[in-house]
Amino acid sequence: MARVVLVTGVSRYLGGRFADILTSQPGIERVIGVDVVPPPHEIGSADFVRADIRNPVIAKVIARAGVDTVVHMNVIATPRQGGGRVSMKEINVIGTMQLLAACQKAPTVRRLVVKSTAGVYGSSPRDPALFTEDTGAKVLPRGGWGKDSVEVEGYVRGFSRRRPDVDVAMLRFANFIGPNIRTALTDYFSLPVVPTVLGFDGRLQFVHEDDGLEALRLATTGPTTGIVNVAGDGVLMLTQAARLAGRPALPVPPALSGVANTLFRRTGLTDFSPDQIRFLSYGRALDTTRMRRDLGLDPRYTTREAFADFVRGRRLRGPLSPDVVQSAEERLLGALRGVVPTGEAS
Amino acid sequence: MSSAAERLLAVAHAAQDAGEALADVLADALVEGARAGEGGGAGNAPDAGPGSGELEEKLADILAFLRRRLTGEFEVDDFGFDPELTDTVLMALARPLYQRWFRVEVRGIENIPDSGGALVVANHSGAIAIDSLMTSIAVHDEHPQHRFLRMLGADLVFGVPFLGELARKSGATLASNADAERLLARGELVGVWPEGFKGIGKPFSERYKLQRFGRGGFVSAALRTGTPIVPCAIVGAEEIYPVLGNMPTVARLLGLPYAPITPTWPWLGPLGLIPLPSKWLIEFGAPVPTDDHDEHAAEDPMLVFDLTDQVRQTIQQTLYALLVQRRSVFF
Repeated sequence: MARVVLVTGVSRYLGGRFADILTSQPGIERVIGVDVVPPPHEIGSADFVRADIRNPVIAKVIARAGVDTVVHMNVIATPRQGGGRVSMKEINVIGTMQLLAACQKAPTVRRLVVKSTAGVYGSSPRDPALFTEDTGAKVLPRGGWGKDSVEVEGYVRGFSRRRPDVDVAMLRFANFIGPNIRTALTDYFSLPVVPTVLGFDGRLQFVHEDDGLEALRLATTGPTTGIVNVAGDGVLMLTQAARLAGRPALPVPPALSGVANTLFRRTGLTDFSPDQIRFLSYGRALDTTRMRRDLGLDPRYTTREAFADFVRGRRLRGPLSPDVVQSAEERLLGALRGVVPTGEAS
Repeated sequence: MSSAAERLLAVAHAAQDAGEALADVLADALVEGARAGEGGGAGNAPDAGPGSGELEEKLADILAFLRRRLTGEFEVDDFGFDPELTDTVLMALARPLYQRWFRVEVRGIENIPDSGGALVVANHSGAIAIDSLMTSIAVHDEHPQHRFLRMLGADLVFGVPFLGELARKSGATLASNADAERLLARGELVGVWPEGFKGIGKPFSERYKLQRFGRGGFVSAALRTGTPIVPCAIVGAEEIYPVLGNMPTVARLLGLPYAPITPTWPWLGPLGLIPLPSKWLIEFGAPVPTDDHDEHAAEDPMLVFDLTDQVRQTIQQTLYALLVQRRSVFF
């Protein structure tokens, strides 16, 4: 099916790895990676083309190479990656519009794969336990990445109406995690003390970076169309995840969480939008029936295993790491044995 | 507005929030007790009492429990249900209320299947949803399989600090068809109180008169999953906080569905939160099968209304029968 593939956002970690994976796929003759800066990492035998998707130049790249499959991975999550919120929004929304406009004009394009996020479901206390692809958000995300992604999905829907001959697959990913990927959430769990919202404990769901890339590979080379949730099985509670990373949680009263978030953002410790604070409070989990049935992905990592791999890979250690707690337990038990008269002592 | 509500409810649930800390305190107390024992008999050779091995085992258990909690080595399901926390801490905290305060008497526990999905439908009363908590303990403690009752709660619950968190951890989820069907399809025992706020907030003069049973959403969930409906009548919860009046303005200010006035609340302050020690009877009735209807039954509003009414009538009749048998409100 796919012979000439264009990957946007190739200079970022996932985009680069994905371009590399595609080059070793049978049947794929050429992989073109597009980004505004050269990739800082190896992208295999993929060709790098320096182009800004916000610019009509992208149409020429698609036309000249006869691209048949476009993988859009250039929706960025945090202002820091995009150089400020204004530029982030422009990259996400205007970039997607330009890219889709270019695709619409290119008769060679047969398939479009979009990396979207479960953030489009928002996060509220009125949410069902698991979101299926047909469930709408109870409270729409009001800013940042979530809002951009809702708009991006809207443009993609418009595109698929205007070009019904193009197969469109849109993957809504749970939060990526793994030993190498860096996101706002991995930074957050690397803080020595993890601030949480007092009185709330959200359900978190993760997808391992390897499983996420496999999902993109299946969507690029396979026949799947439509929206598919992608997540590892099961959930972790926020405080549970913090403890698994060996981090004590620091509950912040809800009224102060906004202030605390601004403080953390200013100091560059984390990069969360207010929507993500809601996410940490109420959590979010996905129904992955379609992922298994339609996409044919059976993730290698559950949510818990993916998180454990992240903790191992980053060598995260803290006062609540298993060995620390275990040795404390043993010391305490030992002390008690000395104190509490036992049967053996007599 | 919401911060006032949060503060109020935070206070009300601070005691429950202490749940996880309880085991901690318990262990500390035991350790200190042991230390004090050592201080007193420092010069003597250790005395091997008969219970000392047991004590040590218990301490080891508590420490192992604490270690699992501290390192996150426990499982929660997709709904956020934490069986270990519920079993060890939350239910243990509420059990004295169940056994000593309300002296709950359970009948017809055999009507709850040993395995597979079933929907327990019960009447709702008593200003705050203590009846749901007691029913879940009744099911867990009296049933031979010690099943957990997965409660369906109003969306309001999940937005309240501490309460929402505890509700999810104790196995509750949002009262929506999606969640109800998902739980039933997984073979869980689901509890629903279809009267909702109309039931728990109704005045004392209307006690044991069932309110409207929602829109029958619970019946269509049972029909779609082919799971039996177990009617459940709860007697005693109406008298724990006799609702004499309502403060609609206060309720609106706090964003609550109602703000009850009882003989003790708000006059006695926090003391008014102590429920009256009524004697409770919980009776589970014969299951109503739903799998003998065809697959489109859930889309047939007439059938859904009929079944809803049948379940409602059964509960109402059982309530009357139990009230006749009851000797007095408190004994």
